Amino acid sequence: MPDHRSGQMRDTVGRVQFHRVAQHASRPVSISFDGEVIATREGESLLAALLTTRGSLRQHEFDGGRRAGFCLMGACQDCWVELADGRRLRACTTLVEDGMAVVSQVRQKGDVA
Amino acid sequence: MSSVVIVGAGPAGIRAACTLVEHGLRPIVIDEARLAGGQGYRRPPPALSLDIKRLMGCEYGKYEALHRDFDALHDKIDYRPRTLVWAIDGNMLYLISDGRPSTQTFDKLILATGAMDKVAPLPGATLPGVFTLGGAQIALKDQGCLIGRRVAFVGSSPLLTLAAKQYRQMGAEIALIADTTPLKNKIRELPTLAKSPRTLMRGIAYQAQALASGTPILSGVTSIAIEGATRVEGVRVTTASGRERTIACDAVALGYGLKPETQLADLAGARFAYDALFNLWLPVTDADGRAADNLYLAGDGAAIGGADAAEASGALAACAVLTDLQIAVPISTMQGLRRTVSRLRAFQRGLAGAFAWPRHMIRQLPDDLTLCRCEDVSVGDVRTAMRREIAPVEINRVKAITRCGMGRCQGRVCGPALQEIVAEAAHCSGTAAGRLRGQAPIKPIALAAGSEP
Repeated sequence: MPDHRSGQMRDTVGRVQFHRVAQHASRPVSISFDGEVIATREGESLLAALLTTRGSLRQHEFDGGRRAGFCLMGACQDCWVELADGRRLRACTTLVEDGMAVVSQVRQKGDVA
Repeated sequence: MSSVVIVGAGPAGIRAACTLVEHGLRPIVIDEARLAGGQGYRRPPPALSLDIKRLMGCEYGKYEALHRDFDALHDKIDYRPRTLVWAIDGNMLYLISDGRPSTQTFDKLILATGAMDKVAPLPGATLPGVFTLGGAQIALKDQGCLIGRRVAFVGSSPLLTLAAKQYRQMGAEIALIADTTPLKNKIRELPTLAKSPRTLMRGIAYQAQALASGTPILSGVTSIAIEGATRVEGVRVTTASGRERTIACDAVALGYGLKPETQLADLAGARFAYDALFNLWLPVTDADGRAADNLYLAGDGAAIGGADAAEASGALAACAVLTDLQIAVPISTMQGLRRTVSRLRAFQRGLAGAFAWPRHMIRQLPDDLTLCRCEDVSVGDVRTAMRREIAPVEINRVKAITRCGMGRCQGRVCGPALQEIVAEAAHCSGTAAGRLRGQAPIKPIALAAGSEP
């Protein structure tokens, strides 16, 4: 059976950052990251859903490096991610919802939304 | 009836609410989180198969009692979870909940806004895989996740060994515990720490467990750098004896103790004073938590004291509110709470000496190091600006010129280190360097939410 988390290999940093040691016994929720579908569970934070399948969340606006969040408690604002519909969400305090489509690249001025 | 609003539903906010309810009031409890408990007593989502009892260890009894008592309040308070207070103007609170703005007035306001990790920049600290120490624990409690398989715990904090113990229990490998405070400082603080013998013994036990499991524990390291090109690959430290050691790991938990979240206290008109032991500007209150007219502060958001002090100071601030509303509270109750709070906060001051903020290390940080994670401002950018411009020696001027502290986190992360860099460059004390002022909105909100509700 294919492992839904195997998409991690295509991540730019090639490594999963978070390791799950307790499972959510809840309804499956499907989100995507740059078009790749990720199977998650209700109650999972967007940050945990992304970092258990890849090594980072986003590209930093200024230094161009990858970021994966930092304080994990809603204070440092390092984990804001952008959705394809233009919404911006703080990944550590946002729970996954069906259909959330996260895009990793910051939209540049002049890009088509 | 007067409206009493409590902001924050951690141990301080919960105990404040319990006390007010006991005296017949129905407070409004506003909390940003989905579930009550704050950070330390964070409650896992109901469907998560996490053994929280094991994870909380000897704190479980208090954790369980706090949540049980809060649950029992549910029809006696106006509880508003998932709600951020983003501004305060006079007696008006500006709120946002699930994207919807609203306002709430108050007669009495108790702020129990808690704390976050106090951190300082390190080479490689912006790499994916570096998290705060508190964050490492929250990943576990809130999401059942480890931040890495092989984790280094660095900084200076008694929580380094506690978090390492929790991580070890949950199956992580502990690469290293590296503390910048020399052992001799810890020994010097023993008389103060011995006043809370149980807590002291627990700390020593965590240390012993780490040693017994073969984890390298280094005290008094003089430099820490995180290695890796696009992710954490290791930590390089200079030991107290001057030897360089590089230890492989895939994640780093970083913390130099805790720092109160004081943005709302600032907006509500609290006065601040520089504390030379914590190297932070802290709000000034009386013994019961009064900070200004109708403003009361409790818990770690007022002064770092830990969870037990937070519970007691929350109850105490509520007693102060009751007293000021002419509702009688037994004087013996208040005296007992005052003693508890003062004893526990004194213990934390001992800890602040035993696990010190490495002021000299921070002041000597290299120019090319990122200081402000949000705006990508380096240590050198700040130093250069302070040399070039028309003598901006005050921290808010430095912020205006360099944008350091102006980003999304509003200086929560870089603030304490910026304070040191500014003080060093201006050859002045932390007090003279000035205090980074809080601004509304205290956290990013959508522009539309800022318009009139």
